[in-house]
Amino acid sequence: MTGRARRVWSGQAIFVAWATVVAVGIVAPFVVYPVFAMNVLVMALFASAFNLLLGYSGLLSFGHAAFLGSAAYVTGWAAKSWHLPVLVSMGAGVAVATVLGLLFGVLALRRSGIYFAMITLGLAQVVYFLVVQMPWTGGEDGLQGIPRGTFLGIDLGNSFAMYYFTYAVFLAAFWLIQRTIHSPFGQVLRAIRENEPRAISLGYDVQRYKLLAFVISASLAGLAGSLKAVALQFATLGDVAWQRSGEVVLMTLLGGMGTVLGPSVGALLVVTMENYLSSLGSWVTVITGTVFVVMVMAFRRGLVGEIKALFARRS
Amino acid sequence: MPDDLILETRDVVKEFRGFVAVAGVSLKVKRGSIHGLIGPNGAGKTTMFNLLTRFLPATRGSILHRGEDVTRLPAAQVARRGVVRSFQISAVFPSLTALENVRIALQRPLGTSFRFWAPARSLSVLDDRARALLGDVDLAALADVPAGELPYGRKRALELATTLALEPEVLLLDEPTAGMGHEDVGRVAELIKRVAKGRTVLMVEHNLSVVADLCDTITVLARGAVLAEGSYAQVSSDPAVREAYIGSAA
Repeated sequence: MTGRARRVWSGQAIFVAWATVVAVGIVAPFVVYPVFAMNVLVMALFASAFNLLLGYSGLLSFGHAAFLGSAAYVTGWAAKSWHLPVLVSMGAGVAVATVLGLLFGVLALRRSGIYFAMITLGLAQVVYFLVVQMPWTGGEDGLQGIPRGTFLGIDLGNSFAMYYFTYAVFLAAFWLIQRTIHSPFGQVLRAIRENEPRAISLGYDVQRYKLLAFVISASLAGLAGSLKAVALQFATLGDVAWQRSGEVVLMTLLGGMGTVLGPSVGALLVVTMENYLSSLGSWVTVITGTVFVVMVMAFRRGLVGEIKALFARRS
Repeated sequence: MPDDLILETRDVVKEFRGFVAVAGVSLKVKRGSIHGLIGPNGAGKTTMFNLLTRFLPATRGSILHRGEDVTRLPAAQVARRGVVRSFQISAVFPSLTALENVRIALQRPLGTSFRFWAPARSLSVLDDRARALLGDVDLAALADVPAGELPYGRKRALELATTLALEPEVLLLDEPTAGMGHEDVGRVAELIKRVAKGRTVLMVEHNLSVVADLCDTITVLARGAVLAEGSYAQVSSDPAVREAYIGSAA
């Protein structure tokens, strides 16, 4: 395949990706429960934010639940106790996640590889501990009954209105992630991931680029958490727990790390399994685990990654 | 005259947990020269490179660039001062096209490298320069090929084009002809000769005919210390050098 054909192909792929996402998103609430669809969107955003870090910067964070969860709690608290407008509450959640991201990033980026992952995990456990201990978070109960409020005069209490609000935020964030990947900054990230010493020898302070990638990823994970608090109207310990950090790795790998749509597809798979198999109780974990092992063994590039590779071979 | 020295080390030492890789080397690289660094395996040549470009911290001693102490600067900053290195294994960004590889080097001075919101096409202003640089190393026709798919010799040429995009004052080439076939060696040697005009080159090289052909000054290292220094004729007739080479071959 020539370079030009490759570029056209990648242009087409981006168009197809967008068309698919938009079309599926518009009809979704008529096909499935809006709350379920919102849950998928929130997790898809979370996984896409995570993929920006793992897939495009090569950094494996094992503490992303801290950003999702802390933003969910802060947004919930701001909306419930201070009665702030929905966008302001969400902004507060994202701001907290961003600050946490900066803190995590500065500390964890002093190490690389498995040590980096372990530091993010350790810091996330500290956040979990704080959430359990602080009185306003509701302990085991979490925050329940978070009000959705109104947006531009539209009552978000209506599930369809809330869904399309969630969807709009998701699309905006999804667009920003794509933009980031293809930006001058994204080019440097790719260069660092592929050959870090070479990037240094070209004069790049690679740590600063990694830190910015980490903070962007944390902010967007926080946005997913804020959205979750408003859309599903609760924030619980499950959102800050380490299992959540593991789940996002799973979603990303299932769908295809380093692909545009992969994380969203992975989120759809995992949330669907958890939702529709919930009658089976703890067997869900066994099934999810088995599916994960089989998928990783059979399709190392993830679902979307394998489909992409198939098309690349054909043409 | 010290002004003539662009790069200098003073009694630089590098120890790894008790093993002394570089044992007090004082190197003087003159501005505008092609300086060769040769020696048997394990002589400390690549370690010297890593010290000079700050990829490794020196245990003792100092490193000067244009007479200023750079011993404690971060590696990226040394690169921004114009002391740019290549690597023993060809260092390209494999999934990026040849053009994008060169553009990575060109885009930093643009000052937009932290702009994650800027569109991809904001980099296309660099395309003409990148193509010209690729043309200089005969890669113009392969501009849109991912670097990972280029043959080895072409990768090295691409690496050189990327390095030259920074317009470095000092080029440090770590075995530029390593692993190459006969024709590629000749082409790369020609290329080095061409790009060395108006620059200073310090190169580690095993191919002695390349060294003889290109280098004005040669420093021979053995067991982390300077064994001899001078022109190729001087160095090659030095009995200590002959012994070190034959000794290592045995």
